[in-house]
Amino acid sequence: MLELRNVTKAVGAVEHIRDVSLTLQHGSLNVLLGPTLSGKTSLMRLMAGLDVPTSGSVWFDGHDVTGTPVQKRKIAMVYQQFINYPAMTVYENIASPLRVAGVEQAKIDSQVREAAALLKLTPYLDRTPLNLSGGQQQRTALARAIVKNASLVLLDEPLANLDYKLREELRAELPRIFAAAGTIFVYATTEPHEALLLGGNTATLSEGRITQFGPTIDVFRKPVDLVTARTFADPPLNTIVLAKKGPDFLLEGGVKLPVPAELVSIADGNYTIGFQPHHLSLERPNDLAVPVRAKVTITEITGSESFVHLDFADARWVMLTHGIRDFETDQVVDVFIDPRHIMVFDEHGRAVTAAKLAA
Amino acid sequence: MARIDVNHVRHSYLPNPQKDADFALREVHHTFEDGGAYALLGPSGCGKTTLLNIISGLLHPSHGQLLFNGRDVTNLSTQERNIAQVFQFPVIYDTMTVYDNLAFPLRNRGVPEADVDRKVRETLDMIDLASWAKKKARGLTADQKQKISLGRGLVRSDVNAILFDEPLTVIDPHMKWVLRSQLKQLHRRFGYTMVYVTHDQTEALTFADQVVVMYDGGIVQIGTPAELFERPRHTFVGYFIGSPGMNVMPVAIDGKTATLGSQRIELPGAPKAGSGAIELGIRPEYVRLGRDGMTVQVSKVEDLGRHKVVRAKLEGRDIAAVIGEDEAVPAEPKVRFDPAGINIYADSWLVEMARVEMGA
Amino acid sequence: MEKTWNNKAWFLVLPVLVLVAFSAVIPLMTVVNYSVQDTFGNNVFFWAGTEWFEELLHSDRFWEAMTRNLIFSFIILAIEVPLGIFIALNMPKKGWGVPVCLVLMALPLLIPWNVVGTIWQVFGRNDIGLLGYYVNAVGIDYNYVQDPFDAWVTIIVMDVWHWTSLVVLLCYAGLVSIPDAFYQAAKIDGASRWAVFRYIQLPKMQRVLLIAVLLRFMDSFMIYTEPFVVTGGGPGNSTTFLSIDLVKTALGQFDLGPAAAMSLVYFLIVLLLSWVFYTVMTNYDAER
Repeated sequence: MLELRNVTKAVGAVEHIRDVSLTLQHGSLNVLLGPTLSGKTSLMRLMAGLDVPTSGSVWFDGHDVTGTPVQKRKIAMVYQQFINYPAMTVYENIASPLRVAGVEQAKIDSQVREAAALLKLTPYLDRTPLNLSGGQQQRTALARAIVKNASLVLLDEPLANLDYKLREELRAELPRIFAAAGTIFVYATTEPHEALLLGGNTATLSEGRITQFGPTIDVFRKPVDLVTARTFADPPLNTIVLAKKGPDFLLEGGVKLPVPAELVSIADGNYTIGFQPHHLSLERPNDLAVPVRAKVTITEITGSESFVHLDFADARWVMLTHGIRDFETDQVVDVFIDPRHIMVFDEHGRAVTAAKLAA
Repeated sequence: MARIDVNHVRHSYLPNPQKDADFALREVHHTFEDGGAYALLGPSGCGKTTLLNIISGLLHPSHGQLLFNGRDVTNLSTQERNIAQVFQFPVIYDTMTVYDNLAFPLRNRGVPEADVDRKVRETLDMIDLASWAKKKARGLTADQKQKISLGRGLVRSDVNAILFDEPLTVIDPHMKWVLRSQLKQLHRRFGYTMVYVTHDQTEALTFADQVVVMYDGGIVQIGTPAELFERPRHTFVGYFIGSPGMNVMPVAIDGKTATLGSQRIELPGAPKAGSGAIELGIRPEYVRLGRDGMTVQVSKVEDLGRHKVVRAKLEGRDIAAVIGEDEAVPAEPKVRFDPAGINIYADSWLVEMARVEMGA
Repeated sequence: MEKTWNNKAWFLVLPVLVLVAFSAVIPLMTVVNYSVQDTFGNNVFFWAGTEWFEELLHSDRFWEAMTRNLIFSFIILAIEVPLGIFIALNMPKKGWGVPVCLVLMALPLLIPWNVVGTIWQVFGRNDIGLLGYYVNAVGIDYNYVQDPFDAWVTIIVMDVWHWTSLVVLLCYAGLVSIPDAFYQAAKIDGASRWAVFRYIQLPKMQRVLLIAVLLRFMDSFMIYTEPFVVTGGGPGNSTTFLSIDLVKTALGQFDLGPAAAMSLVYFLIVLLLSWVFYTVMTNYDAER
């Protein structure tokens, strides 16, 4: 179990990590999701012991390891760049951490072959990394991290330099590989889609702070605040500030968007409403949905879906709809907002939920 | 703006190419229409960047000819071709202000300062950087830098084409959406001829009117996003476009029926009997999961937020299906194939099929 | 929260501290000690206060040597930096030429200072030296032993020969780190060769250039061995730099007090100028 307790890391006057507390269990896959410079790499360096926190402490299985350097911890890292020993064969690359640890030859051989089989590298064991594709090079780095039998494996955007399709394949395999290894995996990414595909737990990061940590799909569906909801939305989250009056949010042109039944009791006033692009639709999805009149700025078509960019009042929205729907720029369309799928945030950006109201 | 004809272009990085495998680009013969938005899509090593560099003049092709508006430019230098290019990593002139960065290509060409000022201001508005004009370019974020790279192309009113080499690689997902839609708007408004190289299907499909799918040094299919999605000409296109890619399974064909193991599948028409290995391709979006049809064993359900991907076994083969966000996998799951999404392949190439509109 | 690792770290750097103490701090303190006293040998010392410093700062000899140093460093930088950049720009970026050029460039750097001095001392002689003999043979009156101007030219050419490579190698390292896309973009923007240099290559070399200038300045300001071997500070005092003057004072005349005061002033000047460079460099970094 890896525990960060109120960890802060400052370099000069700049705080890269602010008061992060996080507990990661053995055998878990944990995604750190956030944009560039949100602190993902800094946090991983603290977990690894490459950096020492300015304040706070790091615990491993009940021991304070705050000052313990990385060499004395059982940690493996995989980076965005494909880092392998260029002069060694794939076999020797995978075997290298075992050789350092002084494992006996027979055991090395069986472990290397096992890892190679897991990562589909068996046919390439005699090649050197430079004669491999990017995907195979990164598999080699992953295999090395796995044979090391580390108690903590840190992966810093490991698929970012790979082709889209290769990424997709490795992504599908990673959860299986992780499950087989049974250690703590931490996986940093900028892509919400990747977090969802990997599953496990997700911690969303923004400006050095962890905004939420929990099972990935829960964080996606029930973000605790607006920052988390925005971090975890691709295409970007649609938002609009609306005044609540009685049972309705008031939209431009006298349209009333019913407040979700469980939230009717919240005080009147201004709220930020957020909803995912696929929850805007051209057809009325149910009786509760209300139409709003928006102006099309541009339509992007992927062949099976269309992303329609819309202007509504001073908000910019994206609607994701099935099939091919091409609109002219500046065309006015009626789109439906489904009140069952809206998220409500108060003026501090905190999510207003039924659970919170009950508390 | 210009129409670009690529006439029988082949290219090899080797001094004496002999066999086909020596060519990074095997043979490309294609016309990029004036004002079109094109994407060159394919995995790394497929030759897409080679083709782009041949168009821009950074590479001289081993064979073939390149025409801009009918004029042979094969032997012209990059400068003389008058194109603009945006690279994978933002190229900006660190020491200059944003304004001077944009003015640079004009000043180099001796444009009078009054015209420079007018064009630069117009361009700053186009790329939404007007308030940054006086800032040093080095302090900007990656997406702003990439806009400057683009702006340096846009200031020149006479550019023949704007070429993009994986321009969104270093941009965060959220900004990708913004940049992509701005790019598309610029294309709509000003009608530039644009060629966009990428390995990312979403970028290619959303950006381009025509997507050129490349594989192993050659063009596999050119088509609109819808064509590529619905009728992939080759199983590679089926696999490469779509996420997850198309399900492909070997079948036997008899008239309007395909046989997969013990299952019989009705086809939307009778495929013109092809020879070689016959396969049926169907995208996960057209696989309907429900209580009737062919029995499958579900192995995994991936909840991707806006939809779920169901991974299952059909007749011992992997198959993926896409179901809605609120849908659940039934207790005894079965699948049906929507005939509109069925394609038949012989030796990996699409076989013509006279489709009978069903239920019409 | 007090952590044990913190104290351990101090323990680990202790050997370095001891080493620095013996190699720098203690000798420096000795010099400080000498600089405020007078001695006639036999370990008998008299308190002299700031006398030597006052004398030094009012001595024409010191200021003349100092001026020579500054002029020398200025000329050296003015020649070596542009020349180094020029050579680096023209070196091949790929192919077999790269290792050949790099080895050729590194060669002068590998020769010990006094050997360099000796080579040029012989090379420039107008009786047996290859250079001196032929320069005179074509009718140019050249004699570095008698003519101060010729002596300066010889020392400067020697230093350029010896140290331009350093600037070249540093600049070359800066240049090869520029991605191809920059040159391609410049071509597309229609940039001239000069514009490419001014707006791409020079900005990308800025950091290595600062290091090169700093190193070359400090080295040239402290030059001793080569002019000592070639000219011995002459003719007259025309090539007597601070360091040579210092040794003459300390060892030649055995004026330990004034020599100590002089080394301290010398040391402070080098320290001050290095600090100025350091500040400029870090400011530049912060600006990025």
